[in-house]
Amino acid sequence: MSLTEKDKATVKALWGKISKSSDAIGADALGRMLVVYPQTKTYFTHWSDLSPNSAPVKNHGKNVMSGVALAVSKIDDLTAGLLDLSEQHAFTLRVDPANFKILSHCILVVLAIMFPKEFTPEVHVAMDKFFCGVSLALSEKYR
Amino acid sequence: MVEWTDFERSTIVDIFSKINHDIVGPAVLSRCLIVYPWTQRYFSKFGNLYNAAAIMGNPNVAKHGKVILQSLEKAVKNMDNIKGTYAELSVMHFEKLHVDPDNFKLLADCLTIVVAAQFGKAFTGEVQAAFQKFLAVVVSSLGRQYH
Repeated sequence: MSLTEKDKATVKALWGKISKSSDAIGADALGRMLVVYPQTKTYFTHWSDLSPNSAPVKNHGKNVMSGVALAVSKIDDLTAGLLDLSEQHAFTLRVDPANFKILSHCILVVLAIMFPKEFTPEVHVAMDKFFCGVSLALSEKYR
Repeated sequence: MVEWTDFERSTIVDIFSKINHDIVGPAVLSRCLIVYPWTQRYFSKFGNLYNAAAIMGNPNVAKHGKVILQSLEKAVKNMDNIKGTYAELSVMHFEKLHVDPDNFKLLADCLTIVVAAQFGKAFTGEVQAAFQKFLAVVVSSLGRQYH
């Protein structure tokens, strides 16, 4: 299920429209994830406040989306482009890769909420494939 | 026996009272067939599914999308016994339709996305959690009679 040229163009076109809202997207997706999938809270016990729109959630949402921005820029070779992030997730953070799917789903829900007209089925399939590719690249160094 | 909070019950009833089956049903099924194309394997008799435009304009897809939404209403009306309500449907999906139950989750995810798009900011994390819990029970009930 690798990205076709059409998929890459679709992802880049959508990113062009949504990137200025990336902080808001990240904060909402992360905040939502912690509520909808409470098991993900186990990775953030060091935060004082796990509620949506809290400072740690907003800040970390920004971090996540800057990773997404990096992935868009390296869309032609996600494995190579996300190598450092993969090492970080594999050796330091040790996030179970099943959670990548969970966060990807939450980001897609936020895109549907914030950009209902742009998030057509064709855009949805390209973005779903993109996040699958990102998740795979992030898992690269795990074992 | 699934335990529902008052918030979850009222959220599910509220969402389903506000969605138009004739619009959401076709939108959900066509999105599923486009985003997860392997699901088309169950609809070989539906005619032209060659591309997104064909799927979205296909009257058989639209009709069947409405059937699915109407069936979900039954679960909304019987939230304390979704498993019993869907027992026959589960048998049918296994014995007659031979649907891989993993596909139920794919359709459920598409429904979440379509409802999110309609409700916008009102589709908060708490609302999403309630909605996805309901869909998880539906998905589980549909797979329950497989053997």
